[in-house]
Amino acid sequence: MPVAPILSVSNLCKTFTGLRAVDDVSFTVAPGEIVGLVGPNGAGKTTTINAVLGVLEPTSGRIEIEGVDLARDRTRALSRTNFAAVYAPLPGNLTVEQNLKVFGRLYDVRPLGERVEQLLVDYDLLKYRRTKAGVLSSGEQTRLSIAKAKLNRPRLLLLDEPTASIDPSTAREIRAGVSAVVDSGHAGVLWTSHNMYEVEAVCDRVLFLSQGRIVVEGDPRRLVEEHGVASLDDLFVKVAHARLHDDQSERAARAAEMRA
Amino acid sequence: MNGSRIAAIVMRQAYLLRGSPQRVLPLIAWVVIDILLWGFITRYLNQVSNAGFDFVPALLGAVLLWDFLSRVMQGVTMAFFEDVWSRNFLNFFAAPLRISEYLAGLVVTAIATSLVGLVAMLALSTLVFGLEFATYGPALAPFLLVLFVTGIALGVAGAAIVLRLGPSAEWLIWPIPTLLSPFAGVFYPVSVLPAWMQAVSRVLPPSYVFEGMRAVVGGKPAPWDQLAVGAGLSVIYLGLACWLFARIYRHALRNGLIARYSAESVS
Repeated sequence: MPVAPILSVSNLCKTFTGLRAVDDVSFTVAPGEIVGLVGPNGAGKTTTINAVLGVLEPTSGRIEIEGVDLARDRTRALSRTNFAAVYAPLPGNLTVEQNLKVFGRLYDVRPLGERVEQLLVDYDLLKYRRTKAGVLSSGEQTRLSIAKAKLNRPRLLLLDEPTASIDPSTAREIRAGVSAVVDSGHAGVLWTSHNMYEVEAVCDRVLFLSQGRIVVEGDPRRLVEEHGVASLDDLFVKVAHARLHDDQSERAARAAEMRA
Repeated sequence: MNGSRIAAIVMRQAYLLRGSPQRVLPLIAWVVIDILLWGFITRYLNQVSNAGFDFVPALLGAVLLWDFLSRVMQGVTMAFFEDVWSRNFLNFFAAPLRISEYLAGLVVTAIATSLVGLVAMLALSTLVFGLEFATYGPALAPFLLVLFVTGIALGVAGAAIVLRLGPSAEWLIWPIPTLLSPFAGVFYPVSVLPAWMQAVSRVLPPSYVFEGMRAVVGGKPAPWDQLAVGAGLSVIYLGLACWLFARIYRHALRNGLIARYSAESVS
């Protein structure tokens, strides 16, 4: 029997004043699966993540988290979700412990005290519990963001460039921590990154987005072979360039048409 | 509504206040300065006036009530601005938090912060200037309640304006009480105003509170029917303010402003 997906995105479209940022995107994330969402800047990764997080209303399409329609029952859908994003640091004027307690209450985590203590230990944050989050290093802030993201034991974890601007050692720890959650089969992860080594190492499946559309999809290790490239990095460049050439050809054809 | 999520919003503000004297001091400092300033003015007026009119309840009492309204409004807007300044909208609104729960959290915070100011004002005006608000007893409560509801409505509407126009619109919010005060008849009866200003004051709940308080201080029975009009208006404005906030929030969801709310992204 096929396993029901944790996240199901169907025909997602988002248009901003005439610009189609996400164009008919459909994909799923299954329990125990890490899906990588990659693509050049402006490809629509963060727009997709924001739509899944319920902070951006799609122009059309449907998002379901464990079968709960996000548009119909936002609160129930989001209570099974959590996220960490490099551009959304936790309030810097609260301490590490205060942040975890505030967000723990927000996600109605019980028993909260125990869970906070456990995460402080798991993410090596005990010695910073009374330190304001704003004065932590990038790596420590990332660890705090991921600890917050795991507060409610989410079924769907959204990680938007979680290892950007942190050292390789901390990045490896974070990847191991996330993989452990996924290996238990409890959660599914949607992971965006510009680091193709990381995507290859962590993701079970990768979705290449370019100009709002999924242009390539599959197992990152097999994709390299299938597309006859040396690495996922090369495939990234190839995909990004192909789209660029398509656009240039399209623009040239349109210009020729207008001249004619 | 979920109590835990409302508590989260209140807890965040409590943590901020607990660790920050610069946030606690303004809760008391400005009202103390106002009471001292107006207290001495009323004392001086009582000395030089031979009219036998007691300026203490008329002026100092009015200042106290008006400051209470302003503090309630600022309680809501300041709590909201903390999230604006720390760019926290994405973290909060990507959680299972309802707008009603977020606003309820801001209101509970405003109750706590405005009570601190009210207690400081009552203590100072009673102990130093002999203002005897206590003699009016529980009859004072409905007047304060109308001002409280109006202050919450103004605060929520102010937060909605900043959510729509961006952090740079903060300066539009601070002068709102000052702009309303000439119409609200804080220091004088509404009857002294020109007709067009009276028309404005008739739609402002505080004008019914101050007219009523003047009647009570003058030894007349409280005009409960008029206060009921003020109460009704304040409830309508609160409903409108919440509707406005929810509508602007939906607009921000459609445009993606919640996710990238900052001075740079919202013009």
